[in-house]
Amino acid sequence: MSTDTDPVTPSPAGAHHVAPPDIRPWWLRPKTFVIAAGVVVFAAFMWRFGGGDIRFSTEHRPRPGTTFDWDYFFALVPDMLRGIWVTAQATVAGFAVALVIGLLLALGRRSRLRVVRLPVALFIEFVRSTPLLIQLYFVYYALPDWDITLGAFVTLVIGLGVHYGTYCSEAYRAGINSVPKGQWEASTALNLGPTTKWSQIIIPQAIPNVLPALGNFLIAGFKDAPLGSTIQVTGILAFATAASGRSFDAGVEPYTLIGIGFLLVSIPSAWLVRRLERRIAYERIS
Amino acid sequence: MDIQLPAHYYDRLFEGLQVTLQVLALAFALGIVLSVVLGVARLSPSRIARSVSLAWIEVTRGISTIVLLFWMAYALPILLGVDQPSLLLMGSIALGINMGGYGGEIVRGAIQSVPRGQTEASIALNLTETQRLRHVILPQAMRIILPPMGNLTIEILKGTALVSLISLSDLSYEGVKLRVSGRLSPDAPSDAVLFVNILVIYFVVAQIINGLFRLAEWRVNRRFEGARNGVELSPSPKVTAGAGG
Amino acid sequence: MNASAEPSDRPGPVDSPHDPVSSPAVRMRGVNKAFGDNVVLQGLDLDVAPGERVVIIGPSGSGKTTILRVIMTLERPDSGTIEVNGRHLYHEQKGGQLKPAGEKHIRSVRSDVGMVFQHFNLFPHMTALENIALAPIKAKGMGKREAHQLGMDLLDKVGLVEHANHTPGQLSGGQKQRVAIARSLATEPAVMLFDEVTSALDPELVGEVLTVLRDIAEDGTTTMMLVTHEMGFASEVADKVIMFDNGQVIEEGLPSEVLKDPQNERTQAFLGAVVKH
Ligand SMILES: Nc1ncnc2c1ncn2[C@@H]1O[C@H](COP(=O)(O)OP(=O)(O)OP(=O)(O)O)[C@@H](O)[C@H]1O
Ligand SMILES: [Mg+2]
Repeated sequence: MSTDTDPVTPSPAGAHHVAPPDIRPWWLRPKTFVIAAGVVVFAAFMWRFGGGDIRFSTEHRPRPGTTFDWDYFFALVPDMLRGIWVTAQATVAGFAVALVIGLLLALGRRSRLRVVRLPVALFIEFVRSTPLLIQLYFVYYALPDWDITLGAFVTLVIGLGVHYGTYCSEAYRAGINSVPKGQWEASTALNLGPTTKWSQIIIPQAIPNVLPALGNFLIAGFKDAPLGSTIQVTGILAFATAASGRSFDAGVEPYTLIGIGFLLVSIPSAWLVRRLERRIAYERIS
Repeated sequence: MDIQLPAHYYDRLFEGLQVTLQVLALAFALGIVLSVVLGVARLSPSRIARSVSLAWIEVTRGISTIVLLFWMAYALPILLGVDQPSLLLMGSIALGINMGGYGGEIVRGAIQSVPRGQTEASIALNLTETQRLRHVILPQAMRIILPPMGNLTIEILKGTALVSLISLSDLSYEGVKLRVSGRLSPDAPSDAVLFVNILVIYFVVAQIINGLFRLAEWRVNRRFEGARNGVELSPSPKVTAGAGG
Repeated sequence: MNASAEPSDRPGPVDSPHDPVSSPAVRMRGVNKAFGDNVVLQGLDLDVAPGERVVIIGPSGSGKTTILRVIMTLERPDSGTIEVNGRHLYHEQKGGQLKPAGEKHIRSVRSDVGMVFQHFNLFPHMTALENIALAPIKAKGMGKREAHQLGMDLLDKVGLVEHANHTPGQLSGGQKQRVAIARSLATEPAVMLFDEVTSALDPELVGEVLTVLRDIAEDGTTTMMLVTHEMGFASEVADKVIMFDNGQVIEEGLPSEVLKDPQNERTQAFLGAVVKH
């Protein structure tokens, strides 16, 4: 992050080279720019290519009379991959929305004003304990009553974002509560302002506790994203439904295929999250 | 804006709610059994039991509920050669299997959190492994199991909405049907009112589940705390302290 | 209460199917136990006669607890044999040969052994009475009414009748330990193991527990193996004191010999350190 030559403290041979502390404000640090650029590129990419209206091919059919036709099964793979790609896009975009909404909800929940705190708490509880499917219907079919009409893909992203935003807000809350009381008291004793206290003391310590939960929500969101097929998002489930509709017993292969496709993504992801969890636990101890 | 639906709408929705509750009850029963079996098997001394339960948990947690549901409704019957499977049963089993995967991990964690000394004391009292689990370990694990199990049950309640997609006439299904039929009549309530009402019904059911679990938690915790009556006390007349031999 | 009786005065186990003279209550032969590289028991030989009261002393980490735990089957020895009342604990006679025993056999032999732990290990979700009645009902098949009666009798014996319906959370340390002793007594074990049962207690609560132990010792029917740092109590109740260090018995004998006039210099050093504290 910093340049090697430092005119003030030339490091003598054999001594440890100590990098000078970075004194730039956070919004001028290179890391910030890299992350911001990443977000912009991702957003632009999603805007341009996200959820593109896929037409699944219709040439393949199972041989009649077979319970499980392997040729048909393998012929479906390319379309399945296109479907899962759309589902994955919706998941990631929805999760990005959830991270932000979760933060807003968490702040609202901590508000000193009761008129903010209570409705936010009720909203979180309400969204968390009702089915995403009906929430999607609401966004898709009911919002146009107020002249808000969203495309299918955007509806799915918003639906996932709000639904998992409530989960994220609870994770943030738990993470913030996990910072020991002594840290808050020390911040007060050092007379740190709210910005410093949050950005330098509380959030850095809360993040490790929150990351595994967020990872799990990302996976959970991926498992809910196929619901988009109910509002005509051409994701993985829409693919299977379309393929199974081609003849009366064509359901076995596509549904088995998406099941396998799913596991191939979700099991390794779950494994990664658990590794992250263990590593964080390890770093806490040492 | 009138937030209430016409009365005949509620009749239909409550009919659907009954199916929802049926599916929930079946899935819950299966889910609890699977949770205990898997949680115990994960800690079994037998290697086979451990690896089978681990694989089962990984797969059932890894797969999307809705994909599992469709597979069980539309692929499994063909593979097994069953002609007309009961969709209610298939839907409940799919949800129950899903619950069991998560529940198994909850049970495992709770069992592991019971201090080792409890197991050792049970061995010293010569209880069998089953007795140890039944009378010593699980009652204590209950305290840890109940809160996440309540959340899991609400997740399963939410999951029941998915059975509407395999044409079971649950609450969600009835709701969608009402929306479609309402489009033909000019004085039908708006979609927003309809869906908000459905959401509120789910919310109320979830709160009831929440309350039931709170009650169970309270009852379990009370065991650890208070003096209880119920066992009759009869100070023995025949033995005095210290006498013996 | 009379002073501790001579060992020979005490009746042996009355209905024992085994000849009490030829079969000691506990017989350990060549018992080895290591945790990784840490060798804790090294070819340990140990005999405890029926009704005998043996106190085991030794420095921290020397393996005293481990001796009791292998007898209670909480740890499996790496090799060697252990007999309880003349029956092999970890082995079965099959075709004239000693074979590793199944769970059923171990359970049957284990019913002769009971243990009281340093940290009580009471079941927190059960009342004192339920704690005591559990094993008689479940492991011995006793009727509920009878077991509760037994429980009340034992609570009376340890002076806690009025606490029968209290859970462990409502009891003091000394009361907990007395319930734990009653719980172990309820299964009528021929051999009782006590692992530093007063170490976790506040000093003013030690006495009440030692009183209960004295009562059991005076009954004279129960074989007792005690690990303790209470040297006064040890010299009072023990028939035999064993000094244990480095995985082996380095000195054993009457309390008057080992505690008052130790021969081995490690025993001398150990006792010197204990007395100082
Ligand atoms: N389960 C275990 N795993 C690994 N090492 C163990 C285990 N149990 C005991 N040990 C080791 O075995 C040795 C003997 O332990 P033990 O508890 O028998 O000693 P002790 O004589 O009872 O000591 P203390 O007076 O402190 O209770 C110690 O070094 C201990 O660290
Ligand atoms: Mg010890």
